[in-house]
Amino acid sequence: MLSDIFINPFVDMVAAPDFLMQVLWEGLVSGILYALIALGFVLIFRSSRIFNFAQGIMVVFAALTLVGLHAYGVPAWISVALTLGVMFVLAVTIERVVLRPLVGQPDIILFMATIGITLFLIGFGETIFGGENKQMITAELGIPTGDTVLEPFGGLLILQHLDITVVIVATLLVGALLAFLNYTRMGRAIRALGDDHQAALSVGISLQTIWVLVWFIAGIIALVTGIAWGARAGVSFALEVIAYKALPVLMLGGLESITGAIVGGLMIGILEKLFEIYWGQPLLGGNTETWFAFVLALVVLLFRPQGLFGERIIERV
Amino acid sequence: MLYRTAGQFKTSYEADQALFPVKQDAFLLGIIMLFALVIFPLTASEFAFQTMLIPVMIYALAALGLNILTGFAGQLSLGTGAFMGVGAYACYKMVTLMPWMNPIVAILLSGFFSAGVGVMFGIPSLRIKGFYLAIATLAAQFFLVWLFEKWAWLYNYNASGAIQVPNLDIFGVYVTGPQADSMVQYYVVLGIVALMTMLCINLTRGTLGRTWKATRDMDIAAELIGINLMKSKLTAFAISSYIVGVAGALYVFMWKGAAEPNLFDIPLSFQVLFIAIIGGLGSVLGNYLGAILIVGLPVVLNLLPGALGLSISSAMVEHLNIMIVGSLIVFFLIVEPHGLNQLWRLIREKLIIWPFPH
Repeated sequence: MLSDIFINPFVDMVAAPDFLMQVLWEGLVSGILYALIALGFVLIFRSSRIFNFAQGIMVVFAALTLVGLHAYGVPAWISVALTLGVMFVLAVTIERVVLRPLVGQPDIILFMATIGITLFLIGFGETIFGGENKQMITAELGIPTGDTVLEPFGGLLILQHLDITVVIVATLLVGALLAFLNYTRMGRAIRALGDDHQAALSVGISLQTIWVLVWFIAGIIALVTGIAWGARAGVSFALEVIAYKALPVLMLGGLESITGAIVGGLMIGILEKLFEIYWGQPLLGGNTETWFAFVLALVVLLFRPQGLFGERIIERV
Repeated sequence: MLYRTAGQFKTSYEADQALFPVKQDAFLLGIIMLFALVIFPLTASEFAFQTMLIPVMIYALAALGLNILTGFAGQLSLGTGAFMGVGAYACYKMVTLMPWMNPIVAILLSGFFSAGVGVMFGIPSLRIKGFYLAIATLAAQFFLVWLFEKWAWLYNYNASGAIQVPNLDIFGVYVTGPQADSMVQYYVVLGIVALMTMLCINLTRGTLGRTWKATRDMDIAAELIGINLMKSKLTAFAISSYIVGVAGALYVFMWKGAAEPNLFDIPLSFQVLFIAIIGGLGSVLGNYLGAILIVGLPVVLNLLPGALGLSISSAMVEHLNIMIVGSLIVFFLIVEPHGLNQLWRLIREKLIIWPFPH
């Protein structure tokens, strides 16, 4: 029993390094998607202290809108543009209708409001586009679908072109986002708002504009994530499970940290795959991915209550 | 005029601390109890029992349990559904292992199992706070539901993986299972819920409740005035989980009749959280008002198209339902962030001074 836990998995890893690499690769791909969702979340949390539960649903909603528009006969790239438009309208609407009247309410009320938005988006999306599972328009968007087979250590390593594209696009997006946050006026305004609300307001940064902006950026991220995830698993509201996956990522990385979201996402993506393959399936009957990330984050939090990269919590009486 | 409190003098501390220091409040409760005990059961149809009366009570109880933890002790929890599941599975195991056991006793005992699990998952709250804690309770949610699915002993190695409530009787009257009468079940639920509510009202008024509130408002300050935070938080987790567990047992045994693990998944947790928040955090009455709204709304929305003579497919009604519930939640939060309980409080204030403006 003990050797099953402490020795055999590592023996398996060393015995089949090609399989281990395959597992790591798949973990990396899902990890990068978790990191993306968590990033959209961190942006909103930093600039408005809103724990945005709707981030995961925005992913599904964006993907659904894209596929739905295409199904009505709109060409693929124009539907992408239109979907971005929809996400912008969504950002403005949320800011106007939900956030503005709730400014200054306790955190938990704003959190509940985002759950309300979540429900609304689920109902709205299903009413308009139907609730059944749909195919992502991978080919129409020019995303390659083949695979490359490598043979390291005399074994097999299958890399889906789709996954490679996802990793490249996601890396570019993260890079672009970091550049935006660090080198543009708007980006600096977002960071300033995150550091000190009142100081930012007093130098003339408009709260409303920034809020719309961060929700729109979150919408763009949601669309990219939605396309990537939809191409792997189809588009339906079952995708919302990945929304929950972003939460332990945030916990692990810290709610305010952009670095934390990226590192946390990759860590959770890889570790949960490793645990599932080498410990979960042989010992626990599988499907451990639903909870492993949460329990991992919980254990880390016991030692660092603000996450790995979060702001140190200083309490005063 | 009708609600005038002037002239009701208290001559002792006992009278001032009574459950209902204002006569009209007690009178109002009497009317509500008359409806709940006599008029509803006598007039309700089977449909009304199954869609409104029983679920409202059970959801209100679950929300009350959550409210103890989130509203009174200030520890946000998103794992309510799973703790309800612990209660339900514990109750199921007890009545199948010991068939001679009185089902009501089994339901009341099953709460202790969820209390134990709740305390276990409450331990991190000593170090983790706020939203971090909320996500930490999600660990309980996902882990427990996974356990319900994988641990075959829990559902007696059924092929279906679901638990089926057996027919159980007290003194020859069936109270659970397919043979039980809705009215009997309603009275059992009402009795247990009323008992728990009494318990909660008195707990939150007493020492323990004040300790919780101090912890909620500022835990460091509470610690400095000599409150043992560990004791305060863990008792909140224990009592809250106990009530939630009993509500879970009622949920399956008195209402659903059968349960699969995914019944206790995260939508249930959120539903209960909605009730607690829309009703009003830190209140007892609010849970009932919230439950009436959240349980009643889909029922009304389902009946509405038929009543208006519109023909909409049931899938569409389902989707519209979710959408409307979502927007109503946002609406209520904007209109009254402190919940329906606060709304009632304002109405009561107005009634007391009526017909004068001040």
